[in-house]
Amino acid sequence: MADDIKVDKTIDLKGQVCPYTFVRSKLALEKMNLGEVLEILFDHKPAIENVPKSMENEGQKVLRIDQTGDKEWHVFVRKDKEKAK
Amino acid sequence: MDFTEDQILRYSRHILLPEVGGDGQEKILNAKVVLVGAGGLGSPVGYYLAAAGVGTIGVIDNDHVELSNLQRQIAHNTSRIGVSKADSAKETFETLNHDVKVVTHKERLSSKNIMGIIKDYDIVVDGSDNFPTRYLVNDACVMLKKTLISAAVFRFEGQVMSIYPGDGPCYRCLFEIPPPAGMVPSCQEAGILGVVTRVVGTLQATEVIKAILGIGQPLKGKLLLWNALDMNFRTVKVPRNKECPVCGEHPTITELIDYEQFCSMSH
Repeated sequence: MADDIKVDKTIDLKGQVCPYTFVRSKLALEKMNLGEVLEILFDHKPAIENVPKSMENEGQKVLRIDQTGDKEWHVFVRKDKEKAK
Repeated sequence: MDFTEDQILRYSRHILLPEVGGDGQEKILNAKVVLVGAGGLGSPVGYYLAAAGVGTIGVIDNDHVELSNLQRQIAHNTSRIGVSKADSAKETFETLNHDVKVVTHKERLSSKNIMGIIKDYDIVVDGSDNFPTRYLVNDACVMLKKTLISAAVFRFEGQVMSIYPGDGPCYRCLFEIPPPAGMVPSCQEAGILGVVTRVVGTLQATEVIKAILGIGQPLKGKLLLWNALDMNFRTVKVPRNKECPVCGEHPTITELIDYEQFCSMSH
């Protein structure tokens, strides 16, 4: 799947809908260090549009989105920013 | 911190904000804020601080709920008439959010007790309705270097100022001494549009949350004035007064003053 990306943490948000997909992704990323990569599993299609956009808005880097099933996506986000002021 | 499932839902709209997030919400949950008065201003301040999840809210009030309070004091209700306002506010705020612990102080503030009460809090919110208390709270906050969110309402108007002792003007920089007793009518004589207290109290609560989070520009060195009839907000700059008797370079007020006694003696 993502052999070229070193993943530091994976969270499974299948069954979660917006906005909690982003809320929970953000909470997970907050606990990580700069440069680390979070892998997030979703089965909620709107999350694939919304979460990456929100992550980029907050200064984080979306490395890739893999679709691994009819309703399964893996989003890879690198923590590039600590926090907005 | 690890939020509970309920907390993720309850605070999700805060966590979504880039300026707040999970760590900002954690700061709110750890904050300790004390309200001087659980009346027209203290009610909405406490309501929104409780909703926001401020972990410890102190309520200083030694009055009891009266029917005439209910036109504006939204922490109370008809079934609480005769109940201590501090207890009534505690019930309202803790029912709204179980994450909040309300500590009641059923005392009238004076030079004797104010330091002991406010020393354990990070931020003080003045919602008092009289000048002796307003000056007492200001002086105590300057002496203890406590952030003070001050506000007042009168008829259709309100004002708010955030006081960061040592880093901006205090209330005495603006008005050095209280007006003589009897010169300014109290709300009891002047009247107050109920909703004005709510708007101004909510502005105070906003300043409290900003202070907890350390975001935005506080009303430091600025006095916000609002007139409900004109629906006009104005901000006027307030400079720090080097000659201020309490926060200036050579303070002459080094002990707290109970103006009340002074005023009642002069009557």
